[in-house]
Amino acid sequence: MISVGARAVAGRRAARRRSRPIEARHRTLVSPLELNSRWGRRIYWAVLITVVAGFTLVFVFPLYWMITGAMKTGEEMAQMPPTLFPADPTLDAYLEAWDLFDLGTLLWNTAYYSLGGWAFCMAVDVSAAYALSKLRPMFGGVILGAMLATLMIPAMVVLIPLYVTVVDLGLLNNPWGLWFPAAANGFNIFLLKRFFDSIPRELIEAAQIDGAGALRVLWSVVLPVSRPILGVVSIFTIVTSFKDFVWPLLVMTDSDKMTLSVGLSQTAGMVTQNAVMGGLVVASIPTIIVFFVFQRHIMAGLTAGSIKG
Amino acid sequence: MAVLRRNLTAYGFLCGALFCFAVFAWYPMIREFVLSFQETNLISPPTWVGLDNFGYAVNDPAFGGAWLATLEFTVLALVFGYVVPFAVALVLNELRHARAYLRFVVYLPVMLPPIVAVLLFRWFFDPGPGLFNQILDVLHLPGLAWLDSPTTALFSLVIVSTWMNMGTATLIYLAALQNIPSELYEAAELDGAGLWKRVRHVTIPQTRLILLLLLMLQIVATMQVFIEPYMLTGGGPEGSTVTVAYLMFQYAFTYQNYGAAGALGMMLMIVLLVFAAFQLRLTREDTR
Repeated sequence: MISVGARAVAGRRAARRRSRPIEARHRTLVSPLELNSRWGRRIYWAVLITVVAGFTLVFVFPLYWMITGAMKTGEEMAQMPPTLFPADPTLDAYLEAWDLFDLGTLLWNTAYYSLGGWAFCMAVDVSAAYALSKLRPMFGGVILGAMLATLMIPAMVVLIPLYVTVVDLGLLNNPWGLWFPAAANGFNIFLLKRFFDSIPRELIEAAQIDGAGALRVLWSVVLPVSRPILGVVSIFTIVTSFKDFVWPLLVMTDSDKMTLSVGLSQTAGMVTQNAVMGGLVVASIPTIIVFFVFQRHIMAGLTAGSIKG
Repeated sequence: MAVLRRNLTAYGFLCGALFCFAVFAWYPMIREFVLSFQETNLISPPTWVGLDNFGYAVNDPAFGGAWLATLEFTVLALVFGYVVPFAVALVLNELRHARAYLRFVVYLPVMLPPIVAVLLFRWFFDPGPGLFNQILDVLHLPGLAWLDSPTTALFSLVIVSTWMNMGTATLIYLAALQNIPSELYEAAELDGAGLWKRVRHVTIPQTRLILLLLLMLQIVATMQVFIEPYMLTGGGPEGSTVTVAYLMFQYAFTYQNYGAAGALGMMLMIVLLVFAAFQLRLTREDTR
């Protein structure tokens, strides 16, 4: 009886919703007229439901399976047919993963490398972009060109000579082995310089008349107005270094200096499947939180960067 | 005097970046070239060997297979990773509800560390209790060997790769679609163009540059595929998933033959530079 009543309410609500025209502020492929015809509307809702369900299944369900997989026992994980919900959910696998992978150390290492690398990268790239954009030294164009040229070289190809260089310098198992190459980022310099170029000259001249030096202008004039681009570059730098796998795999080889990704990959073959899933969940949480919080910046940076990049 | 001082300050600000680029970007590019003509194991001093490294790589029985596997992977990854995101973006752009959710969800796998996606799918591909075979079992279909069979291994890698990368392309297309002026669609409609004709004569020409640009970017990115074979198959079964980047990595870090790795890297780079050069030309056209 309850379900019938509920269905009736839902039906009424749906009817009310459907009676309102589907708004189309920005005209796209399908015209508003077609969209709001009787069949147009039916097709629209069918497509919407299919897409929402499909996306949830393809992109969210694997993550659900990962999170709940870690809550199942080993036998339940291997069971046929699988259970949609853990029969007896426990957090044991997470605790086990924490100990087996030494996740505390791995998380700390990764945070330290990411944040340290970010601070160094920003200091180097912001001052370089500022110099190229506003101080305009001799050969500035050549230097910028040479920096952007590095973007053309495929990362996997430069990996081996870069490794050889880092070995020669004795930077293996040293955070600087991660930080120096990360700071040589032509894309950051390109994005920052393009933004600095758009800062009106009058703003900087006014500060110079007040007697501000180059560093003062950078700190008190350029940086405050550049907050949006600094945010985008910061997030991308931190996320990239957090996600990086191949380079830390080569450089940080001591087990107490490994990053989260490398540590997981090295130990994954030796522990139970649900402990692996527990480790993966822990490794995903920081990036998912960052994505939740900075969604808008990330998407804006993605489109701005790649279209013009 | 003023000019000198301005230059000195500027180079003061530039010196950090110049150091990083010189030692960790420009020098390795030269080193790559030098390396490919040397024999070195990083312990004894390097000796010049001419074209021996190239000969070693070309005569390696795995050489042809690696290029074939890379090509096959790239083509498969383009069919899925290039065509699907565009179709998805086209549909997303028509929807008026749940847009934020759909955008968020499609980009979610891109945010995850690749190792998470790869290890998660390694479990899904498990021929025994893996999710994919469990689903097939529920549907009363026979299970597949996924990563364990030479016929399906490469395809399985494409699935992982597409899942974790397609969000980027989708969102870029979506942004491009939103920039198409409404008048064009209205004009096409007045001329009696149906849905398909509007896609064909308005949407595709209007996004042509982005489509080409991303095609180049994706070719360059997928031809360097490494994490997927390294973590999921180790090049197997029967060497069916040894890609060029994987072979290069093996030369360097399994056999300590850095010279051969350098030579193979040079060959890969020359192929990729052709696409990169084309991409650069497109970017110039775009900014103009």
